[in-house]
Amino acid sequence: MTESSAPSPGPIVLWLSSRYENLELGQAVLEYVCRLRGIENDAEHWIGVALREALANAIKHGNRQDPSRRVMLSLGGSANDLEIVVGDEGEGFETAAVADPLAPENQMKTSGRGIFYMKTFMDDVTFSRDERGGTVLTMRKHIGSDQKKGVQTR
Amino acid sequence: MKTTVTTRDVGDVKIVELHGKITIGAGDLQMREAIHAAVSGGATKLIVDMKDVTTIDSSGVGELVGCYTTATNRGAKLKLLNLPPKISDVLTVTQLITVFDVFTNEKEAVASF
Repeated sequence: MTESSAPSPGPIVLWLSSRYENLELGQAVLEYVCRLRGIENDAEHWIGVALREALANAIKHGNRQDPSRRVMLSLGGSANDLEIVVGDEGEGFETAAVADPLAPENQMKTSGRGIFYMKTFMDDVTFSRDERGGTVLTMRKHIGSDQKKGVQTR
Repeated sequence: MKTTVTTRDVGDVKIVELHGKITIGAGDLQMREAIHAAVSGGATKLIVDMKDVTTIDSSGVGELVGCYTTATNRGAKLKLLNLPPKISDVLTVTQLITVFDVFTNEKEAVASF
């Protein structure tokens, strides 16, 4: 079986305790999925940055770094896109309350850029709440010929 | 790749070399501790060499901004050296690249103070 004809291996679902060390596990699984799906290294890097931001948010802001609370990570999608879902067991938050990191008054703040990076590096980012009130983050990245978004800064 | 931070002096310039990931719970705090130690030790000319940085996240970027502010508030100057393209991209999309003096040559960076 060639790489390009490999089926989507998903969804792969992991339940992680709220420890930053588990970012590495999430990234390792993402790298496996990207290799299987034939996603190029450059795109894999930026998806990885977004994934780390999502997991870090769930651990830090959602689960308040309580190791007994879990973070759900799902990697799936269709032939033309990669879907990443990250859920936490926190109390949820209002995305509208997140300040714009590009606003001059926020430029030198030491936090508040994570969601911006996710939205920059992925094609679609949405937030919702599960039945217990935790935050569910869904991110999509178009892959293959449908890929449309990268980082174009130079 | 494990994150390591090393420092060395070139004349009166303190060069902080970062290796590996500058991310939450890992290299971000190591970077902060190294730069704060240098500033507390009296360094007023700081260069952060990022040649071997593989990944930076929002926490690492935040710490870098915090280090810049700390240095500036204490009368020191902090400049960046050898940004890998992807690290430069991360700073560019948040428009922070314009905040820092960025160099690709160590001699020029040292001479710029």
